[in-house]
Amino acid sequence: MSEGISTKRLVSRLALLVVGMFGFGFLLVPIYDVMCDAFGINGKTRGTAYEGTVSAIDETRSVRVQFVSTNAEGMNWSFGPAANQLVMHPGETREMIFTAYNPTDKPMVAQAIPSVSPSKAAAYFHKTECFCFTQQVLQPGERVEMPVRFIVDAALPGEVQRLTLAYTLFDVTERMAASLDLASMQHSN
Amino acid sequence: MSAVIDHHHADHGHGPAKGLMRWVLTTNHKDIGSMYLWFSFAMFLLGGSMAMIIRAELFQPGLQLVQPEFFNQMTTSHGLIMVFGAVMPAFVGLANWMIPLMIGAPDMALPRMNNFSFWLLPAAFGLLISTLFMEGGGPNFGWTFYAPLSTTYAPPSVTFFIFAIHLAGISSIMGAINIIATILNLRAPGMTLMKMPLFVWTWLITAFLLIAVMPVLAGAVTMMLMDIHFGTSFFNAAGGGDPVMFQHIFWFFGHPEVYIMILPAFGTVSMIIPAFARKPLFGYTSMVYATGAIAFLSFAVWAHHMFTVGIPLTGELFFMYATMLIAVPTGVKVFNWVSTMFRGSLTFEAPMLFSVAFVILFTIGGFSGLMLAMAPADFQYHDTYFVVAHFHYVLVPGAIFGIFASAYYWLPKWTGHMYDEVLAKTHFWMSFIGMNLAFFPMHFVGLAGMPRRIPDYNMMFANFNMVSSIGAFMFGATQLLFLYIVIKCIRGGPKAAAKPWEGAEGLEWTVPSPAPYHTFTTPPEVK
Repeated sequence: MSEGISTKRLVSRLALLVVGMFGFGFLLVPIYDVMCDAFGINGKTRGTAYEGTVSAIDETRSVRVQFVSTNAEGMNWSFGPAANQLVMHPGETREMIFTAYNPTDKPMVAQAIPSVSPSKAAAYFHKTECFCFTQQVLQPGERVEMPVRFIVDAALPGEVQRLTLAYTLFDVTERMAASLDLASMQHSN
Repeated sequence: MSAVIDHHHADHGHGPAKGLMRWVLTTNHKDIGSMYLWFSFAMFLLGGSMAMIIRAELFQPGLQLVQPEFFNQMTTSHGLIMVFGAVMPAFVGLANWMIPLMIGAPDMALPRMNNFSFWLLPAAFGLLISTLFMEGGGPNFGWTFYAPLSTTYAPPSVTFFIFAIHLAGISSIMGAINIIATILNLRAPGMTLMKMPLFVWTWLITAFLLIAVMPVLAGAVTMMLMDIHFGTSFFNAAGGGDPVMFQHIFWFFGHPEVYIMILPAFGTVSMIIPAFARKPLFGYTSMVYATGAIAFLSFAVWAHHMFTVGIPLTGELFFMYATMLIAVPTGVKVFNWVSTMFRGSLTFEAPMLFSVAFVILFTIGGFSGLMLAMAPADFQYHDTYFVVAHFHYVLVPGAIFGIFASAYYWLPKWTGHMYDEVLAKTHFWMSFIGMNLAFFPMHFVGLAGMPRRIPDYNMMFANFNMVSSIGAFMFGATQLLFLYIVIKCIRGGPKAAAKPWEGAEGLEWTVPSPAPYHTFTTPPEVK
């Protein structure tokens, strides 16, 4: 009848499998990040400054870099680049200034999330300096100019002649309220 | 075999307890199976009423009956209730009733857990349905509950929805563990794995799928809960998370889930067609391996639900070809069913009608699935009524016709009476015509670009939508006839023999009809 293992052992093994699969669901989160990072997919760029060596400038071709800014739902800052696009040679280091203005009467914290398309270009877009590496705290009515300095790798595949750097600006004031004492900042103003 | 019947006589007086507590406290697989089936039928009528509201609103273009906010709650609740409340519990109910009878076991391996897994369901769905009456309404983000719709922009009741999914998930995991333990450890002597009826085989594989993916779903809703209440950012880009990741995790569960809903139907149809063709099933072994192959492949195709989110070209190619590969084992099954019928002595009683319709209409749903699997074409079809037509063709004449076929096939065993064949055939033809009227035009409006989940539509879709609604009302009303047929069959009718179907095979037909409260307390010999 029961040629195999006892019901008790079978059930505990199956229960272990359930717990394991529950853990696997959470393991999918780091796996997802690692995969996106390893294959440079999903348009994700690195969250830290590029410290690699600067390659030789490839003057035989040029790339058009376009800038897009979006406010996430509920964000009412005015936020945008100084120019919509620039043309550069791969290997060059260039800079673009983004301006943010807090029109409200409350200090607010914002986080910009970058995304590069086409997504396969993300791995070749290096930022040596970016306001997206940190969060921005703006006092009521404050305006700030924020630079992003970047290199397009000379190894960029030849068929990519145009790439878009898109920023989405999120309001993270509530999220940061616990760690940042906004009230005291208001007083020091 | 005679030993079994003798035993039944010795067993008189050990019937069920009396009164309501019989049902609350029962550990009997037949009682629990009946409760599962009644519960799922109640959910089927509730989810169906929501579909009626949806189709009534879509009867004409413009907004007539309900507001868009309520329409969203109806599409969401219809999907959730039909998937988790109607189809899945119906198959667990059939498994409870039939698996012990088919393998010669006295009961399920874990009868008390069986009771608990059933009683979690009314709690789960009570919770889910209660959200419709809360401030801000019930879930309105689609049954796929994509973040951030289901997190940042969700109504406050989403927390109740999350706990309802947790409870329903725990219930199906416990049910699956119970079924695996029963099949692996309680088979009668001589019942080797490759002698098991196909319903038992498909349920064994389904149970492993459930154990593998329901915990992942539980993980996904737990992450939502943490994003909403505990400040984490699994799916929130502002905090470093990614909403697209939700879709990956959801469909890692969701694709095996659609096979969880169809594999047991493959099993019952593989038993019913041979019975009414009076021929053994063609290609039993290939059926078992095909089921295994479908289950295995179901883990490698999830991203075909999300071709349009911007996955890399190599990814689209991989998921496209992997998806098309599933057509091979599914084709094996369809050819086996057709070969079983070929040159058989066919008769068309209600179970056979539903099974033959299953083979034809499920294949149509499979073909539209192949069309959707083509990544470049999917960009046109994505989120249109073509998708709605596709999955209703695999779920209504697939899963639900499979359940109806099983119900008519085993009703004589359950009740001891024959059902009314004329009414049952009426039920079949009304369902068949109604369901095709409702869902076939959706292919056309979908290809023409009508988006799903929207309460209003372009004037040019008006005629097809009216036909769809009429078909849906016809299909919906016919299910009340099914309720009447079942009640009539329970209350009386011609006495059913132990084996009412001439060509039927299996241990369940060796016990009298109705099946006594306790069966196979002494295991039968299987040669």
